[in-house]
Amino acid sequence: MADFLFEIGLEEIPARMIAGAQAELEKRVVGLLERERLVSGGVVSRSYSTPRRLAVVVEGVTARQEDVAEEMLGPSAKIAFKDGVATPAAVAFAKKAGVAVEELKTVTTAKGEYLAAVAVKAGRSAAEVIAAELPKELAGIYWAKNMYWRAGRPERFVRPVRWLVALLGSETVPVEFAGYVAGDVTYGHRVLFGEQPVVVEGPGAYVGALEKAFVIADVEVRRQKIRKALDRVTRAGDAGGSGLRWREDHGLVDKLTHLTEWASDRSVVMGGFEAEYLELPEEVLVTVMRDHQSYFAVEDKDGKLAPYFLAVLNMQADEAGLAVIRHGNARVLRARFNDARFFWEFDQRTPLKARVELLKNVTFQKDLGSYAAKAERVRKVAAGLAGLVSSRGCGLDAAALDEAVVLAKTDLTSELVKEFTELQGIVGGLYARAQGFSAATADAIYDQYLPESMEDAVPRTVEGAVLAIADKADTIAGMFGLGLEPTGSKDPFALRRAANGIVKILAETAVALPLTLAEVAAAATDDEAVVAKMRAFFAERLEFYLREAQGQAYDVVKAVLAAGAEDVRDVLARTFAVTVVRGGGDFVAVSAAFKRMKNILTQAKEKEFAAAEFVSADLLTDDAEKALWERSAELASEVAVLRSEANYHAALELIATLRPQVDTFFDAVMVMAPEAEVRANRLALLREVLGDFSGIADFSEIVVAG
Amino acid sequence: MQVIAEKKKALTFQELLFRLQRFWADRGCVLQQPYDVEVGAGTMSPDTFLRVLGPKPVRIAYAQPSRRPADGRYGENPNRLFRHTQLQVILKPPPVRIQEMYLESLEAIGIDLKEHDIKFEEDNWEWPVGGAWGVGWQVMLDGLEITQFTYFQQCGGMDLDPICGEITYGLERIAGFLQDVDSIYDIVWAIEPDTGKQVTYGEIRLAEEEQYSAYGFDYADVGKLWEHLNLYEAECLGLLEKAKGFEEMDALTLKRFPVLGAYELALKCSHMFNLLDARGAISVTERVGVMARIRTLVVGVAKVYAAQGVAVAG
Repeated sequence: MADFLFEIGLEEIPARMIAGAQAELEKRVVGLLERERLVSGGVVSRSYSTPRRLAVVVEGVTARQEDVAEEMLGPSAKIAFKDGVATPAAVAFAKKAGVAVEELKTVTTAKGEYLAAVAVKAGRSAAEVIAAELPKELAGIYWAKNMYWRAGRPERFVRPVRWLVALLGSETVPVEFAGYVAGDVTYGHRVLFGEQPVVVEGPGAYVGALEKAFVIADVEVRRQKIRKALDRVTRAGDAGGSGLRWREDHGLVDKLTHLTEWASDRSVVMGGFEAEYLELPEEVLVTVMRDHQSYFAVEDKDGKLAPYFLAVLNMQADEAGLAVIRHGNARVLRARFNDARFFWEFDQRTPLKARVELLKNVTFQKDLGSYAAKAERVRKVAAGLAGLVSSRGCGLDAAALDEAVVLAKTDLTSELVKEFTELQGIVGGLYARAQGFSAATADAIYDQYLPESMEDAVPRTVEGAVLAIADKADTIAGMFGLGLEPTGSKDPFALRRAANGIVKILAETAVALPLTLAEVAAAATDDEAVVAKMRAFFAERLEFYLREAQGQAYDVVKAVLAAGAEDVRDVLARTFAVTVVRGGGDFVAVSAAFKRMKNILTQAKEKEFAAAEFVSADLLTDDAEKALWERSAELASEVAVLRSEANYHAALELIATLRPQVDTFFDAVMVMAPEAEVRANRLALLREVLGDFSGIADFSEIVVAG
Repeated sequence: MQVIAEKKKALTFQELLFRLQRFWADRGCVLQQPYDVEVGAGTMSPDTFLRVLGPKPVRIAYAQPSRRPADGRYGENPNRLFRHTQLQVILKPPPVRIQEMYLESLEAIGIDLKEHDIKFEEDNWEWPVGGAWGVGWQVMLDGLEITQFTYFQQCGGMDLDPICGEITYGLERIAGFLQDVDSIYDIVWAIEPDTGKQVTYGEIRLAEEEQYSAYGFDYADVGKLWEHLNLYEAECLGLLEKAKGFEEMDALTLKRFPVLGAYELALKCSHMFNLLDARGAISVTERVGVMARIRTLVVGVAKVYAAQGVAVAG
């Protein structure tokens, strides 16, 4: 038994790809060792990465595979032996199996008597197996973008490979990949350590050897060191004791962790910028710092942006050295802020209103025309939705909404958005505010692209929500009208994200929007065929939302959606209610009974047994069916009241009380009675019961354990 | 104090160029002069765009003034230029130590890596009009992007084999960093040896920035630019048409067939397009169509160049 270490050294891997590749390499190496019977039981493994390496250590690898006995099937016995004498066929088979002819036996198969031999497959050494198999695993690693680098294009990988380390205990394993043969030599930090080789004595010595060469191989250790350094440097830089904090940003911490090989208290610098830049909107400053410079923003104790930044280095230096680096970073940031200020001031020369005209020159989609055309369409959609919303008592400033729709896309013509595309919408909102538009208009413009993901916030105001829905619905309707629906993994216009956004807005705004998905689809286009397609698309996205964003069980979602999939908030309320009651014994029994009713109705249909148009009380002969009929009629009116109050939980509990009548019915009554009239009446009874109680969810969809 | 001390010994703009050229010449690069047709980037010079095609090894370096009319700011913005200078290094095939060589080149221009933070951040390059792309990094020095480092993968829509390493230094940025100035125009271009008088970047280039910005944004005659573009395009297409007769050409005619001339005409079209774009004369809808036209020329030339190379080699 020995531990196995494998490291692949590369030129800098893109930060965004490292975590996935590290996990995949670990999975592939462990999988290979398991498949080849070189490890067993609960395998212990660890993996590491820096921008220049991926590595994995697996504990307890056996030195050699055990031999395995395998039964091999040979030629048919008739051919193999003539008059008890082995024919050439038998001899050849024995040779192939590696046994003597006398050791061959006969087995009976479905096709008759055949020769068989027990061949012993000798186990190979772990080193031999790894050297033979690991290169295939390496070649199989998924990269979002690959490259060739050697003449003849022998392999593709994310970046050129520069070294390999493979050690089984202290023995090197000659794994060959990309023109390198693995050894025991790795390399340290380019600048802090230099180009000289670092010899690794064995898997246990790997992390320590690298640490001496200024490389922290463990990603989590590096992450924590970076966080601590950010804390410490911020505190040290807060000379006035004004409670400065670096602004938490997990994505940025992650990125910097994957951009560095080393971290210490001396690898973060805090710099400042002139307070005059704080006159620029915080959104712009933070975007410049985070997205363009990978700097952390700093805030004061009230959460307000302070004129400082924090840069994480792939380096460490003494105070004098850090001063030089700080100075350089501050210089770059100042230039960036200057640019942003230039754009901001330049953009103010052409107010948003004057930019409406310019939208005619900005194409939204070649067959759908310009953004000016889109704005006109969205105006109609938004007006239609606004009418519905306000007629149902939900307050809305229709004039502000209309103004917001007209101006919504004008920021696409601004220099600031051309430079910082991720700020589209936000810049429009900021400009609207600066140019004296109402808060309702400005906020609606600002929030129009929300939510951009399942984790993102929804618009804060009713006007913003209507604008966001109308804009997205218009995009979907337009693309569907051109036959550009998403297919499989292809969704080039991000229509799924748009529809997910609509569902999420309807489900989550602070003030409930009284709109159904059907109404949204109908408002977006006059084309009936497109409306139908959109409704189906929305239903699919609603199901996705319930399962992925809300974590609801598959069967509950299916049951609830079968009872109506248009009113998102209602669907949500019904889903939560069903999830709460679904474990109850009576509810389970009733669900099972409903499923049975549905099956009986289906079978009857297949056999062309018609159900009566309505239930006739005088045709109910059995006490059990009378009891079910009477009790369900009583319950139905009570349930209907509770449903109308959206008190789904109480309604479901009430439905569950039908259990005794249901149980007795199925014990005592045979639905498929021989008399046609009775049978038709009973089928009608089942149909009515199902109909009365399926308004919250189709319980027959609920999966009942056992 | 340290910062000031560094500034004193910082290289002038022209010394920076000398040092980098010397450095790469010492590593086997042929020093070429800047290409004398307008290009938007050093990559578009035939010394890169065409030489990366085919199997022949290449090591070449050259400074390339690069014109991007839309980036002009009348000389008012301290960080943006209509025309900037790139130092382009082409290494085909890329040596194993290419990254280390690059880092040594930084040392050669006075950047002590032990005193700075250097990161290689993913940045892939593509020029769709040229059917060209590669993967690589932007090299960040104390937060400043100083170099684009690319492993060229495709050019003219053709897979490259061997591929090529391309290092593009942004000379103004590096000089600004070395000299610690906040405006490009304050960069010291040269120092007169006799008097010690400094000649600044602004003295040499500000007028160009002012006038070419005015030309590109305000004066360029849209109708005539379109005419130029159409004429250059027609002549380039004419040559591409004639190139279809390679098989019937004798060796001398084939060798003398002016693919390089066709490429210049394609570059002229590209520059006309950039001027029209800066002038605001190309709507987004038209844009796609015009880019497709230029792509036809550029990719067409690349294919003919490759075919000529094969045919001449026999």
